[in-house]
Amino acid sequence: MSLLDVKNLKTSYGPVNVLAGVSFTVEPGETYALVGESGSGKTTVIRAIAGLAPAQDGSVKFDGREIRGASERELRPLRKDIAMMFQDPVGSLSPRLTIRSLITEPYRIQGMKDRDLDAEARRLLEMVNLPAHFADRYPYQLSGGQARRVGVARALALEPKLILADEPTAGLDVSVQGELLNLMNDLRERLGLAMVIITHNLNVVRHVADRMGIMYLGRLVEEGTTEAIFKEPRHPYTRCLLSANPEPDPDARLERIALKGEPPSLLRRPKGCEFRERCPFAQEFCSQTPQWEVENGHGLRCLAPLS
Amino acid sequence: MTDRLLEIDRLSVDYETARGDLKALRDISFDVRKGEIVGIVGESGCGKSTLISSILRLTAPNTRFRQGKVRFKGQDLLQLPERKMRDLRGADISIVFQDPMQTHNPVLSIGQQMLDIQHRSKASKADKRARAAQMLGAVGIPDPEARLDQFPHEFSGGMRQRIAIAMALMSEPDLLIADEPTTALDATLEVQIIERLQELQQEFDCAILFISHHLGVIAELCDRVVVMYAGAVVESGEVREIFHDPKHPYTRRLIDCDPGHIKERARVLPTIPGEVPDLANLPGGCIFRDRCDQATARCMSQVPPLAKLKEGHHAACWLNHKEAAE
Amino acid sequence: MAKSRSELGQIIHGVARDPLGLMGLVIVGTIVFCAIFAYWIVPFDPVGMNIKSRLQGPSWTHLLGTDQLGRDTFSRVIAGGQVALQVALPAVFGAMAIGLTLGMIAGYGPKWLDNLLMLFFDTIRSFPTVMFALAVVALVGPSLQTVVFVVMATSIPTYGRVARTQTLTLRNSEFILAERSMGASMTRILGVHMLPNIVGVLAVLAAMDIPTVIALEAGLSFLGLGVKPPTPSWGALLKDGYSLIRQTPWLVVGGGLPIILATLGFTFLGESLRDVVDPKLRKQR
Repeated sequence: MSLLDVKNLKTSYGPVNVLAGVSFTVEPGETYALVGESGSGKTTVIRAIAGLAPAQDGSVKFDGREIRGASERELRPLRKDIAMMFQDPVGSLSPRLTIRSLITEPYRIQGMKDRDLDAEARRLLEMVNLPAHFADRYPYQLSGGQARRVGVARALALEPKLILADEPTAGLDVSVQGELLNLMNDLRERLGLAMVIITHNLNVVRHVADRMGIMYLGRLVEEGTTEAIFKEPRHPYTRCLLSANPEPDPDARLERIALKGEPPSLLRRPKGCEFRERCPFAQEFCSQTPQWEVENGHGLRCLAPLS
Repeated sequence: MTDRLLEIDRLSVDYETARGDLKALRDISFDVRKGEIVGIVGESGCGKSTLISSILRLTAPNTRFRQGKVRFKGQDLLQLPERKMRDLRGADISIVFQDPMQTHNPVLSIGQQMLDIQHRSKASKADKRARAAQMLGAVGIPDPEARLDQFPHEFSGGMRQRIAIAMALMSEPDLLIADEPTTALDATLEVQIIERLQELQQEFDCAILFISHHLGVIAELCDRVVVMYAGAVVESGEVREIFHDPKHPYTRRLIDCDPGHIKERARVLPTIPGEVPDLANLPGGCIFRDRCDQATARCMSQVPPLAKLKEGHHAACWLNHKEAAE
Repeated sequence: MAKSRSELGQIIHGVARDPLGLMGLVIVGTIVFCAIFAYWIVPFDPVGMNIKSRLQGPSWTHLLGTDQLGRDTFSRVIAGGQVALQVALPAVFGAMAIGLTLGMIAGYGPKWLDNLLMLFFDTIRSFPTVMFALAVVALVGPSLQTVVFVVMATSIPTYGRVARTQTLTLRNSEFILAERSMGASMTRILGVHMLPNIVGVLAVLAAMDIPTVIALEAGLSFLGLGVKPPTPSWGALLKDGYSLIRQTPWLVVGGGLPIILATLGFTFLGESLRDVVDPKLRKQR
């Protein structure tokens, strides 16, 4: 049984159809990446899983239990098992609290008052390689990388089974980004965590994700193992994303596949294949609606796939 | 006499704070030639923002210029009267900021804002409007004539950044300063902006000072690169020199760290352990010594000068001075 | 960074570094000191009459002269300060506490509750304060408590609205989302995470509001709707001074000057507090 099983998840804000049916599964200990441009709905997916965004239709099963539409009271015990990390490393920490209070907040929320919170704070700081005296600092006194570690420490406090991470490397310098990814890889192996990572940074995905899904306008357009997708992307959109990745080498001007324009408005979804208007490989028959098809564990929504 | 457009000459800038002087920029020297794209690379705290605000002289009140010159077409901007400086900004030197969402006045239409920035021109309103539409077209906004009447919130982030570029180029500046213009955008749009900038640079023949922490973008766009670390220039040179034959350990390791470089899934990614030193309380010697794995006794005591290694390649590292040391 | 210093200590230090803030601090400090120790400071009983020495000018015995009943004006000014603060502080802090609570609930709670509370605020605000005061006094008679109640009731909406706006801005910030994702209850989110970020703004508002309330109390007392006659009050002093301005101008000075001083003091303090508390301004220093 999958740890997380999302089926046909749909979210609308009024007429804006943000998620048009998203399905994927995450196995225990697996890292799954959701990739897409801004406005593709990737953030809404994890927020809807965690009950922070509405989801009008579909199903979210965690450990076999349906959690879509659960009340805050029903969700509370599950909050131990699902931890979240938000985009802004400093902004996701309550500004007037010390780091000690911040990382032990989960114990207080879950009513684990019998724990020695000071000892827990020390243990967690050590786990993310921050010196113990950081416990007395405030978020504004931290660099982005340090604040991000605090976020990781807090997410790990209750030993969750699943971490939902929104752009975990956003706002970090390259020299620090690696540290964070190493830390996350390491903790994942040691603690057997499963993760869903949301990012538009493909360079990051390659090093952390086991499988990945590519989102476009609130739908998955391709899904497969990270290896397969990097090696042989089949959806033109995936191909464009992969090629839109400037390399730190002045001579490596890749054969870039130009992506035309910007994503269309969610209020006016194109008919047929929704990527058609921007697709450099679009065919006449792409005016028909492509279906989601899975072959050898590789999912695809495209009428004219690349080979 | 020279084709140097902007010359930063031994510029040192401090911020006066309660904790003492924060040495934000120390002995910065580099130049930008006419029609050239120079990239400034550096991570947080390297002094990029101080550098830009110093060039434009839009500094915070506690800023102190300790030494050095900022020469633009031969005249020292730091000595210029404020009135003349104001004439320069937005005319000869334009800037594109990082956050396209906050660049535009939300209550005025794009067209109105593009008319407003032509206040120096004597052209008729119709001509100014036509020019605005033409500029929007040049940065790839479809149907520019109609979109002039729309308001900033009706455009996406990528479009707004392109409009910001259009507005910056409107006065046909000699120098365009682009401060992390693609950081807030998705990779796909980032690429579009870079390509557009390249085209426009050819078309308008202006020099661009492009500030970014994204090595890939710098490598792709720039002719020359200046690498900054903790308020100092550690290396500068032709883009190929910098990326293919870096002569400063910081540059070398920064390039190593970029995950775009690593094609196979890595178990452990390279990093640069340690923190940027406290600029209010600088250690002696090389600024990078505490994070450098090749540091020697000399690095602890003496500040390495930005030495010329060959034509078009400077680096500030004692490792390049082996013969002298031995 | 002086890490050991408490937040309050940091704020006071910040205010004292600003010349206007220091002046405000000194004036407010003096007023509060005089009010607390009024009993020991006053040279004469503020309500003790002495017909023999009525309507005197300033002298070493009577620093600000005496009124038509021979009461020492200086003593009445000091004691009046006590009354002014007795009205202003509970009224302002009461209004702040209630306004803050209601405002945060309006900003964070469900939409219908927000609408209901806003309707409540608007209803109160649509009453002219003085008319409201007249009505309440007509019902229960003039007293210190009445003034406190009227002032508190009429200023709740101001605090409520500000607190609501602040809460609305914060509720979608990532740190609040993070708390929600950990399952924090509404009381915890409001009390532990919202409150410390909002209370500073309201404290500034309160500091600036105190002189308004003092003036309002004086105004009500001037109209005879405030504290009952023998009790000294700056407004009552002004009123006496007003009717006796030809015989002894000192009474008006005695009533007017402390109001002006208190207004300046609290305003300076409030302005300076605003600069210190606002983190955006603090960063630029």
